[in-house]
Amino acid sequence: MAGDRFSYKLDSTLETVDSAEQTASRIASETGFGEDEVMQIAMAVREAAVNAVLHGNAYDPEKKVELEFERTSKDLVITVRDQGRGMDLSKIPDPLAPENLLKTSGRGIFLIRSFMDVVEIHPSQTGTEIKLIKHVHGPAEGGKEASQ
Amino acid sequence: MNLKTSTRQVDGVNIVDCSGRITLGEGSVVLRDVVKDLLSKGQKKILLNLGDVNYIDSSGIGELVSAYTTVKNQGGELKLLNLTKKVHDLLQITKLYTVFDVKDDETSAVKAFR
Repeated sequence: MAGDRFSYKLDSTLETVDSAEQTASRIASETGFGEDEVMQIAMAVREAAVNAVLHGNAYDPEKKVELEFERTSKDLVITVRDQGRGMDLSKIPDPLAPENLLKTSGRGIFLIRSFMDVVEIHPSQTGTEIKLIKHVHGPAEGGKEASQ
Repeated sequence: MNLKTSTRQVDGVNIVDCSGRITLGEGSVVLRDVVKDLLSKGQKKILLNLGDVNYIDSSGIGELVSAYTTVKNQGGELKLLNLTKKVHDLLQITKLYTVFDVKDDETSAVKAFR
């Protein structure tokens, strides 16, 4: 990463999902995370990008996905923004509930929350912003922090 | 690497050797088509060998669930063989490990089909 922060915009395509994952993997490696954490970060970013491309922008060629990577002394912070109608958090089912176990979708946000230390989801009428934070030295004492 | 598959038959069980990634897009479609093709031929005993699958995303997990329920609904059986640690861990945290019949030995997996 050239500086402490950079961002770029991508089209709403499947290639964007792969690109976001690869960039996250590279930056996580450069930040010094171990192999398992790199995989977790890359997968969380991939899932956030899938949400942005499919559910947020709905493959609309006029809408972009913005990725932002920021590295601080303590954290790697990755933000994914789309230009959709805004995710309805109340409609995200619990994929671990017995009645949902055999559903073929709905696990993306769950995986993101499982793999990152802090996850903030900010829906609005002009799109959804998902902020993913991984502490450079692991989660704070007491385990995973509360996330929105 | 996108998903590649090859199918062989052992004692009436169709073993689908998979390698690569099962992810949104082509990887998931490849898996779906293989299972659909086997079912269309009346082959309802399917063992997915995931020993060389090093990555599955949430769409890929969904595709595995879809394959499992589709085969089951047609009176067949679908089992998983040789999970890598990453795939094993993913199925654990999504609570699907106990839903699927997971095997780590091909011979005993084949014998486990009714």
